[in-house]
Amino acid sequence: MKDAGSNIDTVRVLAREFRALPGALLPLLHAIQDELGYVPEPAIPVIAQELNLSRAEVHGVISFYHHFRREPPGRHIVQLCRAESCQALGARTLEAEVKALLGIDFHQTTPDRCITLEPVYCLGNCACSPAIRIDDEIHGMVDARELAALLEDLRTQIIEVR
Amino acid sequence: MSRITVYVPCDTSAVSLGADRVAERLARECRDQPVDIVRNGSRGAFWLEPLLEVEAGGQRIAYGPVRPDDIPRLLEEGMLSASTRSALCLGVVDEIPFLKQQQRLTFARQGVVDPVSVASYRAHGGFAGLERALGMSPRDIVEEVTESGLRGRGGAAFPTGIKWQTVLNAPGERKYIVCNADEGDSGTFADRMLMEGDPMSLIEGMIIAGLAVGATRGYIYLREEYPRAGRMLQQAIAAVREAGYLGERIYGSAHGFDMELRIGAGAYICGEETSLLESLEGKRGVVRAKPPLPAIAGLFGQPTVVNNVISLATVPVILARGAPFYRDFGMGRSRGTLAFQLAGNIARAGLVELAFGSTLRELLFDFGGGTRSGRPLRAVQVGGPLGAYLPEAHWDTPMDYEAFAAVGAMVGHGGIVAFDDTVNMREQARFAMAFCAEESCGKCTPCRIGSTRGVEVIDRIAAGSDVDANLVLLQELCEAMTDGSLCALGGMTPYPVLSALGHFAEDFGVRGESSGSRESA
Repeated sequence: MKDAGSNIDTVRVLAREFRALPGALLPLLHAIQDELGYVPEPAIPVIAQELNLSRAEVHGVISFYHHFRREPPGRHIVQLCRAESCQALGARTLEAEVKALLGIDFHQTTPDRCITLEPVYCLGNCACSPAIRIDDEIHGMVDARELAALLEDLRTQIIEVR
Repeated sequence: MSRITVYVPCDTSAVSLGADRVAERLARECRDQPVDIVRNGSRGAFWLEPLLEVEAGGQRIAYGPVRPDDIPRLLEEGMLSASTRSALCLGVVDEIPFLKQQQRLTFARQGVVDPVSVASYRAHGGFAGLERALGMSPRDIVEEVTESGLRGRGGAAFPTGIKWQTVLNAPGERKYIVCNADEGDSGTFADRMLMEGDPMSLIEGMIIAGLAVGATRGYIYLREEYPRAGRMLQQAIAAVREAGYLGERIYGSAHGFDMELRIGAGAYICGEETSLLESLEGKRGVVRAKPPLPAIAGLFGQPTVVNNVISLATVPVILARGAPFYRDFGMGRSRGTLAFQLAGNIARAGLVELAFGSTLRELLFDFGGGTRSGRPLRAVQVGGPLGAYLPEAHWDTPMDYEAFAAVGAMVGHGGIVAFDDTVNMREQARFAMAFCAEESCGKCTPCRIGSTRGVEVIDRIAAGSDVDANLVLLQELCEAMTDGSLCALGGMTPYPVLSALGHFAEDFGVRGESSGSRESA
């Protein structure tokens, strides 16, 4: 993780790159989050200044959209679909099992910083419910056993990197 | 030995079942053989995915569902020479009954073409519509779309030609074409499939829309939950621009049009067109009051066409084959075809493009094969999270916008989610309210606050507390939401709630007759 000073430099460089774009704020916030993993609080005045917006406007946009996070996430983001198609094939049970397995609720990160658990309302994989997303990979027809194995893989990968 | 083409879908759902691993294994096992692997879109028969196709003698032989470990045996059994010996062989792909019985117009190229190849797109009729449109006046293009009877496929079913006519007539220094690719409704995946499997149809449709109304700039607003569709669209836009169909002089003509992909940020409400425009402008996705219509004052205050992916992707076939060809499909005021999507607890889930007029029962049983769990089918939600839950008594209603409206339901975008008899309809009603509370943009009080109160009232009913009075309260609350919300989120959340209550009252602890009771299901 970069230190706070270089994070702000990154934000400023990106803001200057995007500010000429019509409706620049969302593309800019995406770029910042893709780079840093989240949108840090000190980025707000910098974005506001570069895009000629008020800090309240920037804060308002960040807090409106579920995707933008204000805290650093774990190394992997696991999203469980909670929408109707997945409900029809046991998503409610799966959700309870995953929360118990990881010992965390939605919007929380495991103590080892490996996994952040989030709800999602549809991944467009409704023909293969229940569906989950791990980072940018989507998995279909997932049951509790398979999900446990996938989560275990995420944790082993970390050990290998270390 | 001539080269052999093997198709392995790159579609999100196919990949979610292992298609990438199948493609990798195939490449490894065949590295010394003259094999080209093309990553196509999915045909939409998802219970057969990953579904491989081998080209032989002008036909394609299908194999599926294939797991990576099946590859060595498939090769041994002569898959590369299109042998039908394998137990996984499904025969000629177009002859699979689920596919053969469909009427594919919008999805005609789906699974057939290489999604990011202009040559492949052209070889299957791509750009024929645009080339015809380039020789027509804007008024004639709009007239053709109006004549086809095409109505907005995102769910609202507003006549596309009339929307275009309004934008054509509206004065403005710059006009925009905005594609609503924020497909957030559970049970829908047709937009995603098309963007991954045949993205150039959408791009062509947007260019034609630009010619029709005099717009020079297009935006695709894609939801963040679709990373793969985003990558496919970026590649397809670049390839189409490279081929000269986008830019200052479209295909050498005097017309200019270019487009850009923008990514949403996980807000369901941004599928509502005015909220989407706010989001594109870089703001909170708060719904705008109408009027002014986006067609008059839309993106950045300019006249703007906002159409769904399927609406735009259907325009090329209308221009290529003419309005009468398209209009001849369908019934009543619902013309053409709809891409029905079978989802939830259904044995053969997938995409079924059919002319309007078939019944829910045909879709659920003839195509869908009943539930995946094998238990009795009990409730079906049609048209997304804001659509009604229908009991068996309504499954013979023809799939037609007006016929569905007449039974207090909506066809919408054709998303169909099936539930077996283990479903608790009170929980589903509670979820509809909770989802509305979670995703409300906050502008209208009945939606913002009413949905939270709705969850509480349903919880009190569940606890058996003063049930009769709380049921009356729930009805009144739904009435306030319907009458007092600007957009469909607050205005239509009562549909799933009241249909669950009306058709499945026993799940709410109400005694008496109900057409959807467990006994009759």
